[in-house]
Amino acid sequence: MCVKHVPDIQSERALGPDHRVVRDGGDGTLNELDENALEAALTLVEAAGEGSVTALTVGPDDAVDAVRKGLQMGADEAVHVVDDAIAGSDAIGTARVLAAAIRHLGGADLVVTGMAGLDGLTSLLPTALAELLDAAALPLAAEVTVDGATVRVRRNLDHATEVLEAELPAVVSVTDQANEPRYPNFKGIMAAKKKPVTTLTLADLGLDAAEVGAAGSRTEVLDAAARPARDDRVLINDTGDAGVRLAAFLLDNQLV
Amino acid sequence: MSVLVLLDHTPDGALRAPVRELLTLARDIAGADVHAAWPASGAEPTEETVAELGAMGVGHVHRLVADADLRLSAVVATGLASLVGAIGADLVLALSTFENKEVAARLAVATGAGVVTDADALTVEDGRYVAGKTVFAGTWTTRCAVTTPLAIVLVKANSVVAYPAEDAVPVAIDDHAFQADDAARRVRLVERTERPASGRPDLASAHVVVAGGRGTEGDFSAVEELADVLGAAVGATRVATDEGWIGHDAQIGQTGVTISPRLYIGAGISGAVHHRGGMQASGTIVAINSDPDAPIFEIADFGVVGDLFQVLPQAAAELRARKG
Ligand SMILES: Cc1cc2nc3c(=O)[nH]c(=O)nc-3n(C[C@H](O)[C@H](O)[C@H](O)COP(=O)(O)OP(=O)(O)OC[C@H]3O[C@@H](n4cnc5c(N)ncnc54)[C@H](O)[C@@H]3O)c2cc1C
Ligand SMILES: Nc1ncnc2c1ncn2[C@@H]1O[C@H](COP(=O)(O)O)[C@@H](O)[C@H]1O
Repeated sequence: MCVKHVPDIQSERALGPDHRVVRDGGDGTLNELDENALEAALTLVEAAGEGSVTALTVGPDDAVDAVRKGLQMGADEAVHVVDDAIAGSDAIGTARVLAAAIRHLGGADLVVTGMAGLDGLTSLLPTALAELLDAAALPLAAEVTVDGATVRVRRNLDHATEVLEAELPAVVSVTDQANEPRYPNFKGIMAAKKKPVTTLTLADLGLDAAEVGAAGSRTEVLDAAARPARDDRVLINDTGDAGVRLAAFLLDNQLV
Repeated sequence: MSVLVLLDHTPDGALRAPVRELLTLARDIAGADVHAAWPASGAEPTEETVAELGAMGVGHVHRLVADADLRLSAVVATGLASLVGAIGADLVLALSTFENKEVAARLAVATGAGVVTDADALTVEDGRYVAGKTVFAGTWTTRCAVTTPLAIVLVKANSVVAYPAEDAVPVAIDDHAFQADDAARRVRLVERTERPASGRPDLASAHVVVAGGRGTEGDFSAVEELADVLGAAVGATRVATDEGWIGHDAQIGQTGVTISPRLYIGAGISGAVHHRGGMQASGTIVAINSDPDAPIFEIADFGVVGDLFQVLPQAAAELRARKG
């Protein structure tokens, strides 16, 4: 199961002078949507009555908080891949590191991810990861079940609802509709303190620094700027004619 | 520069509306030589569709034909990978939908291409494709160059104004047959249910959206009435969809549909960050909320502190009267 450490979406998010997400603002957090992924992984293992859940993250030092939260929720093990050369990876680069880490850990029957990182929102990672692991990709599950070696998901797309099925190994990404993530309880928090977090570097994974990070990235951010606040904002109190004034605003600005 | 456009289409063989924007972008970049791929997933392009493609300047339509289900993104990606090689395309353009993100991810791994998702502009600079993209709920704008020989750019709806080519071109349709390998067959499509059309415009690509939240208390009639006067799509917050007041496909936001219409009107919506993430890039934002401190007013061009059940019907009546 993969979790991502992202800036808290309630905080002011920014891109730094290097055009990368500012990840050291001190208010980073576990990507909210990855709590749904953790919940799904834990529930599936509980239902199967066997197996274990490993929380895996790729990211800077702070990212360890994401897997710690995973341990608190009930994951059995935590793995953090950290290496300066990873900085600046795009989604495919990150998928390469995750795939190498999963292989290094002996593989997984099922990899569960969130539907999107609430920072970049590319949603490319789960499918790319599946491809790199020679596994089936079943993204955007609103419901996921495993029966023996078969995984089945139901998903809602823009124009249709689908049921997909595949044999394990597979990568599933889950949406926030999939479940209600549990809160870590006191016991879980205490138990998590005793569980070690394994730290891995690119060298441990046998990955070449040129394949990942900014060096291996296939896109380059040229410039980034905060959008100016909307000006000329109008706020009126309804004194009985606000509907008429709203209609006038729409007509005057040729919005209808 | 040779561009390949993925033609998202309905089960009846019509183009999804925002595909016209892609075709406009493609023509601006490639001139006359626009190629397009039609996944033959049951529906064939209707006569009207073919005429429209010609009018938009698409000279070559390649039907992707395989011994596998082309409704599966893995199969489409396999077909595109071989088609890109066959025609020597250096840019693949597609709509920025969740399904196409799956196609793009596989195509990128297979071909080494760089991907930009959710783009709202595209130019060529020093021989490289450069895409514009807003991030962090529309609060930042960035420009992102693709550094690989093949670029995949997924473009949001309502990013450019679509218009036909100066001269219509004849459309040659050929079959691009390919074999779906084992990797493309790992997933089985057990069931697919198309959502019935609502009669209103499609939320993701509508030019105008009227959305309702908890403040409607489940009564969407005022929202729908204004939407119909404006020819708008109807959207909602997750509270409204979770309550079952309206279908999940109406959910706007970070975990729902991302929209950037010319005009967004939100009624009884507080403006939570998850919702804003899906609509903050809209052209003009109008909010109606009874609470003057609602966060949505921070991003509204025109805000009304008032009761939506008073304001919306009055606005609808006034618009009907003034439009005659
Ligand atoms: C992981 C995660 C993902 C999420 N994803 C999404 C998402 O994609 N999209 C989304 O929308 N939400 C999402 N949410 C939920 C989001 O956080 C908010 O809870 C939700 O957007 C609030 O919806 P609301 O504005 O309808 O309700 P509220 O926040 O309760 O606001 C209702 C507003 O209506 C006003 N009001 C009440 N009566 C009237 C009246 N008669 N006239 C005018 N105004 C009135 C009130 O003043 C209030 O401001 C997500 C949450 C999580 C945790
Ligand atoms: N650096 C990372 N480490 C671990 N998991 C990640 C990382 N980046 C993305 N993911 C996972 O991939 C999902 C989709 O992310 P994205 O493709 O960035 O939108 C997230 O919800 C995470 O589960």
